[in-house]
Amino acid sequence: MTSSTMTRFSLHHKISGPWGRTAVIGVPMVFLLAVFLLPFLVVFKISLSEMDAVFFKDVLTWAEQTLTLQFHFGNYSSLTQDSLYLQAYLSSIKFAAITTGICLAVAYPFAYFMARSPADKRPALLMLVMLPFWTSFLLRVYAWKMLLADSGVFNNVAMSLGLIIEPIKMMNTPFSLVLGMVYTYVPFMILPLYANLVKMDLRLLEAALDLGATPWQAFWRITVPLSKSGIIAGSMLVFIPCVGEFVIPELLGGPETLMIGRVLWDEFFSNNDWPMAATVAVVLVLLIIVPLALFNKYQAESNSGGHA
Amino acid sequence: MVTLPHTDAPKALTNGAPFLQIKRVVKKFDDVFAVDEVSLDIRQGEIFALLGSSGCGKSTLLRMLAGFEAPTSGQILLAGQDIVGLAPYERPINMMFQSYALFPHLTVWDNISFGLKRDGLPKNEIEVRVTQMLDLVQLKAYSQRKPHQLSGGQQQRVALARSLAKRPKLLLLDEPLGALDAKLRERTQLELVDIIEQVGVTCVMVTHDQKEAMTMATRIGVMSEGKILQIGKPAEIYETPNCRFVADFIGSVNLFKGRVEVDEPDHVIIATPDCKHYVSHGITGTADMAVHVAVRPEKMEIQRALPADSERESLAEVGFNQAEGVIEDLAYLGSLTTYHVKLTSGAMVKVTRTNAARHNAAQLTWGDKVVVWWCGSDVVVLTS
Repeated sequence: MTSSTMTRFSLHHKISGPWGRTAVIGVPMVFLLAVFLLPFLVVFKISLSEMDAVFFKDVLTWAEQTLTLQFHFGNYSSLTQDSLYLQAYLSSIKFAAITTGICLAVAYPFAYFMARSPADKRPALLMLVMLPFWTSFLLRVYAWKMLLADSGVFNNVAMSLGLIIEPIKMMNTPFSLVLGMVYTYVPFMILPLYANLVKMDLRLLEAALDLGATPWQAFWRITVPLSKSGIIAGSMLVFIPCVGEFVIPELLGGPETLMIGRVLWDEFFSNNDWPMAATVAVVLVLLIIVPLALFNKYQAESNSGGHA
Repeated sequence: MVTLPHTDAPKALTNGAPFLQIKRVVKKFDDVFAVDEVSLDIRQGEIFALLGSSGCGKSTLLRMLAGFEAPTSGQILLAGQDIVGLAPYERPINMMFQSYALFPHLTVWDNISFGLKRDGLPKNEIEVRVTQMLDLVQLKAYSQRKPHQLSGGQQQRVALARSLAKRPKLLLLDEPLGALDAKLRERTQLELVDIIEQVGVTCVMVTHDQKEAMTMATRIGVMSEGKILQIGKPAEIYETPNCRFVADFIGSVNLFKGRVEVDEPDHVIIATPDCKHYVSHGITGTADMAVHVAVRPEKMEIQRALPADSERESLAEVGFNQAEGVIEDLAYLGSLTTYHVKLTSGAMVKVTRTNAARHNAAQLTWGDKVVVWWCGSDVVVLTS
């Protein structure tokens, strides 16, 4: 018996049984509990408290030997009363959806090309996708400012070529915002799509051609449905951070691009109203999690039988 | 049992001319000839097997028929029409892929109807045809399952139904039963032939499994290094191989290297280091030519002593076609026993005998001194 089988045996011996299994699943669960659920509960607690001058009252108070637990739902109701919040939520979702759609349209051909290129060229192509991460995200977004400004590179070049007479207003518009978000998040769409497409059994396409499908039909009927999980994963990775995005709207957005991240920032740092800010954040999380949970449930049901 | 009208294939087509003609087809990958000047005629309704080990070019040839590869040169005519320029989806040819390539996201029904929908057939016609196919492969109860919910044998039948649904003029099978285990394979071979014959479709299959080829095919083409070495019915290929490669590739064979000593029209005598061979038929060769003598193991007799001369096939053979040796090894296979005999010259021969009786007192065993002999009519002389 070799040493590796010995180790495997003893490892298996150690982690087998209900406790071993619990331990293996438990580690990531504890991690999620510590870094996601606990902070979220803290935020949730703050959202239920009331402002008292410049500080907020804790939900739990200990005074005169009595423990009082006081929930304050006023923040949630004011969320519905001021249309600013609703508008901000809607426009965040709108811009995130547009960005996700454009990312998908850009990333799919890119990922497809990468997955179908010769195996020895793929690492280099993957490297190119990840190359932007080597420089600071802030710097890269700032660079777009230089390019898009009224007296920026694009306008200057176009004007000196005589293509336009006056500079086109690009900075601080929905255009610059979406461009910045697409630019930043497109790798997050490409990678899961690539990982999915590269695994695809190409004989399925041959089978489709053999059965009379044109290459275009084979793409839509076979490749796209089979890459569904990649499309979903990529879309989530782009959509979710885009909804709560703050930096890009701040740097590239303008008056027409109010987003919930901006509102959140203002509540925290301008108004110093932590309970309200926490409320905005909690609703944002619910807004994303509830549809996702429903979607996952639907997915699990339609796939019952378990096609991986 | 369902009978299927095979409308696309009129029986008396092009008065006896071959249905599929492969003419001097060459396929080069870089500088390597994957298929090297192959010419082949296949008649309508035939099940033709391309047999060879991996890398012999049989799959490349099949892929050229399907349209996935373009020949470097040569012609492929189907019912008189050159199909080389046609894309796979324009050819009236369907293929059953190795390990099936069923669409994992589609149900059995949608897999089978995939090709019919691409043809834009009316809905009710599609329904009729798919039902027909499901009946044919006896999978009606499984039409709403996904491929991963089926057993290997069921997947194979879905793949067959899918490739037959469009009523192709030519059906291609790529290692049709390679993914099944041995027991199931044997049963499925005949079932598959049954269905193909019911439909009446012309069929070209590729396999590396000689048993499969011999069970299923009406004719076999043995391929090696991009060339077809011999084409014939299974028995022809086995009993009269035309070269050493075919003799050795199909079944097992004892080969003796020697020279032609006597070359008469009705017999030849060939001298080898082990014995002199009397061959009771003429050969196309000349005296003193270097040849190989091939004798199948089951055509050899093995005993402790030679029989009386009168028991030999002809008196002319007495003193020929016999060699003495010692049993070095034996393999008892139930129905057969294979003896590995070391001849006095040092050469090894294999002899197989049927175990017709349960108990044999005179059973030969390890170390026995034996005589091996055979008939002059069972010998094949190979000049290449």
